[in-house]
Amino acid sequence: MNSPWKRWLPTLIVLAIFLLPLLLISPKTYITLTISGLAMGMLLFLVASGFSLIFGFLSVLNLAHGALFTWGAYIGFTSFSLINQWTGWGGSDSIFLNIIIFLLALIIAGLLVALLGIITERIVIRPVYGSHLFQIFITVGAMIVMEELIRIVWGPNDEVMPVPIKFMGSWDLFDVVVSKYPLIAIVIGLILYLTLFMILRKTKIGTIVRAGVENPEMVQVMGHNIYRYFTGVFAAGSALAAIGGGMWATFVKSIHPAMGGEVIVFALIVAIIGGLGSMTGSVVGALLVGLSYNYVAYLVPKAALGITMLLLVIILSIRPTGLFPEGT
Amino acid sequence: MEVDPVVEPILKVEGIHTFIGKHHILQGVSFEVHPGKVTVLLGRNGAGKSTTLRSIMGLLPPSQGTIQLKNRTIQGLKPYEISRLGIGFVPEDRGIYNLLTVEENFRVAMLQEDGKTREMMETVFEIFPDLKKFWKTMAGNLSGGQKQMLAIARPLVNRNELLLIDEPSKGLAPIIIDHLIDSINKLKEITVMILVEQNFYMASSLGNDFYLFDDGRTVYHGQMEELVQNEKLKKKYLGISGTN
Repeated sequence: MNSPWKRWLPTLIVLAIFLLPLLLISPKTYITLTISGLAMGMLLFLVASGFSLIFGFLSVLNLAHGALFTWGAYIGFTSFSLINQWTGWGGSDSIFLNIIIFLLALIIAGLLVALLGIITERIVIRPVYGSHLFQIFITVGAMIVMEELIRIVWGPNDEVMPVPIKFMGSWDLFDVVVSKYPLIAIVIGLILYLTLFMILRKTKIGTIVRAGVENPEMVQVMGHNIYRYFTGVFAAGSALAAIGGGMWATFVKSIHPAMGGEVIVFALIVAIIGGLGSMTGSVVGALLVGLSYNYVAYLVPKAALGITMLLLVIILSIRPTGLFPEGT
Repeated sequence: MEVDPVVEPILKVEGIHTFIGKHHILQGVSFEVHPGKVTVLLGRNGAGKSTTLRSIMGLLPPSQGTIQLKNRTIQGLKPYEISRLGIGFVPEDRGIYNLLTVEENFRVAMLQEDGKTREMMETVFEIFPDLKKFWKTMAGNLSGGQKQMLAIARPLVNRNELLLIDEPSKGLAPIIIDHLIDSINKLKEITVMILVEQNFYMASSLGNDFYLFDDGRTVYHGQMEELVQNEKLKKKYLGISGTN
């Protein structure tokens, strides 16, 4: 395969995933599936971006990331329920109060899981920096412990995730059914992506983090306390997982202790497709996975997970370091 | 052959031993670096020169011996603490951030962004004008010589008193090496340097004092003019004759 072909093939894959389903699906269903796929993609981006950033900067394969996602969902669930009990904002007719309670639950989940991330990094991860094998063992162990703690605190059964009343239902736009929450998820996901992008691009901390993704040793010899940045990035990655958890739970309207294990597979695929350490790679990879999963789930439900694996194989065979190995 | 004993050394390394895994790489390295001079560490491949620089920076902490920067013991400190004491490091692979622009590479290096830093940047631009020209260019798109200039210029913005440079001539064409020698010569007014260099032409053009390394030990030291004349020493420890 010559290099111009290699260079353009990822773009062709993106276009093919986006446009080919139009040949097989009616335009109205296509729009509904596309919005659902973009929403799923944005939610996957939140989980995958944290995972990717942690791997890129700390070189840590954090398999406990899924458990942090689950903790985010459960804390979001409890926060939302408690605030709603006190204020009733979740059932209010005001979209403004609905958004406030939803964002408050996400912020609380993000902050508390960031704290959990800091504790995890200090106690569990720090002793195994530089050893991927030990990282796999210890983060799988941490994942099991965190999941069991969820069973102790919240119980082993599924819970119904409360959803703000104005987020439910759908709009009928020119005879196309558009669910409300997926659109909200797309907007929040985009805002978070742009915020992350700007932090990484425009701030000194962001520049140091990008430098650290490329060469952490040089960051140290330039006088920066790399461990402080490690902790900060781990906390930020954990917070992103938690926000993803809370938003995902609202999307599927239920939570259970093992939900993180299911999503981490997608996060891993997305992070690898996008290029580990790259935010733009995470968002593009997540949207590709979200769209292809939704289209195929409609056409051949049993092949939905398989198509994401196929996508991974195709992209890695063309670009072994992912779509955006150049970072950010 | 003796280094001037009156002037207090800026850096004093005494009997350091360093392991990489189970391998005993440095087995007693001692040397002194004096203000206003370029000290060159010479020796064959694997003699321990680069490991010595990494030990000074705290990247490979020594298990024995002492390292003192202006009478302050620095071994055992973390690399970022050592850097903040005023030591800059240019590794053998240059360590530049290819995916960042030249400007961003400097931003990462700047520990403070004040008037003095801006003044220093002007000096850096005078010595390395290409860096100003390619300020917004991705560092990965620079030529080999420009990358090396960026690598050397970056730590200067913090007005480091000591600069450790590992093999600056590596992979560069002879004409670029001459250009680099001119630039590094100008740096002598700004900072004290330790240079690890395989290219004897460059080493002898820049060095004032030298230390010869063999099997992880410092075996001989003196002034560069002496080594240039001493064919026997060059042949024995560097495997070369003449000036190349």
